[in-house]
Amino acid sequence: MKTQWMTKLAVYAIIVAGAMLFVFPFIYMILTSFFTATFSLPRPEEVFNVVPNFINYEVVWGKNHFAQYFSNSLLITSVAMVGALLISSLTAYGFARFAFPGKEGVFRLFLLTMMIPSVINIIPQFVIVKNLGLVNTYSGLWLIYIATGVVGNMFFLRGFFESIPKELEESVLIDGGGNWRIYWNIYLPLSLPAMGTLAIFIFQATWEEYFLALTIIKSEALRTLPIAILMFNDKYATNYGQIFAASMIALLPVILIYVIFQKRFVQSGLNEGAVKG
Amino acid sequence: MAQVMLSGNPKPMKKTRLRIGLKQWLNVLPFVAVGIVGVLVFVVYPMIQNIKLSFQEFNILPGTQSPWIGWDNYNGVFDDPNHKFMIALKNTFLNVAVTVPINWFLAVFFAVVINTRFVKMKVTFRTLYYLPIVTSWIVVALLFKYLFADGAGGFVNFSLLHLGILKDPIAWKSHYWSAMIMIWLFHIWKTVGWGVVIYMAALQGIPRDLYEAADIDGASPISKFFRVTLPMLRPITLFVLINLINGAFGFFPQVYFITAGGPMNQTQVIPSLIYMEAFKHFHFGEAAAMGVMMGLLVFAVTFYQMTKIGKQRLF
Repeated sequence: MKTQWMTKLAVYAIIVAGAMLFVFPFIYMILTSFFTATFSLPRPEEVFNVVPNFINYEVVWGKNHFAQYFSNSLLITSVAMVGALLISSLTAYGFARFAFPGKEGVFRLFLLTMMIPSVINIIPQFVIVKNLGLVNTYSGLWLIYIATGVVGNMFFLRGFFESIPKELEESVLIDGGGNWRIYWNIYLPLSLPAMGTLAIFIFQATWEEYFLALTIIKSEALRTLPIAILMFNDKYATNYGQIFAASMIALLPVILIYVIFQKRFVQSGLNEGAVKG
Repeated sequence: MAQVMLSGNPKPMKKTRLRIGLKQWLNVLPFVAVGIVGVLVFVVYPMIQNIKLSFQEFNILPGTQSPWIGWDNYNGVFDDPNHKFMIALKNTFLNVAVTVPINWFLAVFFAVVINTRFVKMKVTFRTLYYLPIVTSWIVVALLFKYLFADGAGGFVNFSLLHLGILKDPIAWKSHYWSAMIMIWLFHIWKTVGWGVVIYMAALQGIPRDLYEAADIDGASPISKFFRVTLPMLRPITLFVLINLINGAFGFFPQVYFITAGGPMNQTQVIPSLIYMEAFKHFHFGEAAAMGVMMGLLVFAVTFYQMTKIGKQRLF
């Protein structure tokens, strides 16, 4: 009996120590965001003795158009997310449910593009957006965000779509509905958990996207949050309290969404379609 | 095909097949057209452009010509007196060799420990371990630079000094090895949670009776781990390893936001080098040439992985 008690303690000690390893930097960051003295690196003993307050958060929110950048990011991310979900699910539906010549070929081409690091595409993508006259517009960004996400999203959704039994479609066909009704009334509702998970992934990726936004957006008023945070960091390099208050504001939406929905989270890459032969 | 059988008139087979194919395309096109056009315009075409660019002296200004210069960009990449590309290539392989085993081991280790039967609040722990994954690379990079700050006031230096491991504070980003260690720790800390979550899900799929049978045979926990758990996890291990390797190959924010390639381009990896050559030094042609070589390298690695695994689809 006694050894069992010891093992339990040891196992919990390992798990908690591991959890601390992953959570501690965030705690240290939050504590630093309460630190109001500027122009010097906060020493650990000062950080641990800080009194919680929201002074830095208030200052940061009102400084350097931070609130403006926050709402810019919110707008860009929401539209990109809805657009990507719609286009990707339509494409995935087409590939999962229809047979057509050349499907394998298109599929392989898509697969190939997934292997190539996306950084090499930034220059040509910029040239295309420039030729469309969409430099320094959100439309230019949206086009790239939605289009470059299609392949990955499609692979994620396809597995779920293929696992939906074909018999369900018959009910729609009997009612005289067509393919669009099948997509809207059967495939979308039945894959809501997958779509939700994908929505979180897209939100997170778009929310923190930096390189494309930096390349496409030129005017200060249109900037996004990641750009703003890095510029803030360059400008007030030693003002750690404010930098991390700004960072916390940027992290909050993603962490909130994740914690709220994490019980319904579908694991990417482990769904039906992912490991199937 | 049912339609072929039903159509009564004996038309030539080829024409019928063409017509059926056309009809199938017309059926599917409304659903996939936007997606396919988007990918072609913003992903496939840029890749082709990139190959073209690597053989040109690129001028971004409107109305200017971009003359063809053959292999000059490629020669330029290798003639570099500072060997930036070769250093970046070496670092890429080093990153894979160092981070993949550690990442993999920690993922299995934590997943197995959390999955111990009597442990409560598994979901809470999973959430905590996964937290670094959902946070932004930029913010976490700022956080790591702050934790690894120079002098005795940086948290890591402070802790190591107090534990007696260090005698003097390290300027982490100023030396090659300490900067590399910082990048590796950053990457492992940020991504281990993914492997933990995948393995936790996989562990739940192992049938209980296998362990019960092992219990009857009097197996110890360690031999149960090596004889039951690990063999049952094999397919998932392949999937995880491939993703870890590809992830380590694709280091970019890890380097760009932590050291920006410094000191003296020593910690550079190919993607960060490409980005900085293009957007800091405006060497678009050489950046494109490096991009093509990186693409070929990644393609070769992935192709090798695919043939090793056979026809199993792993994405």
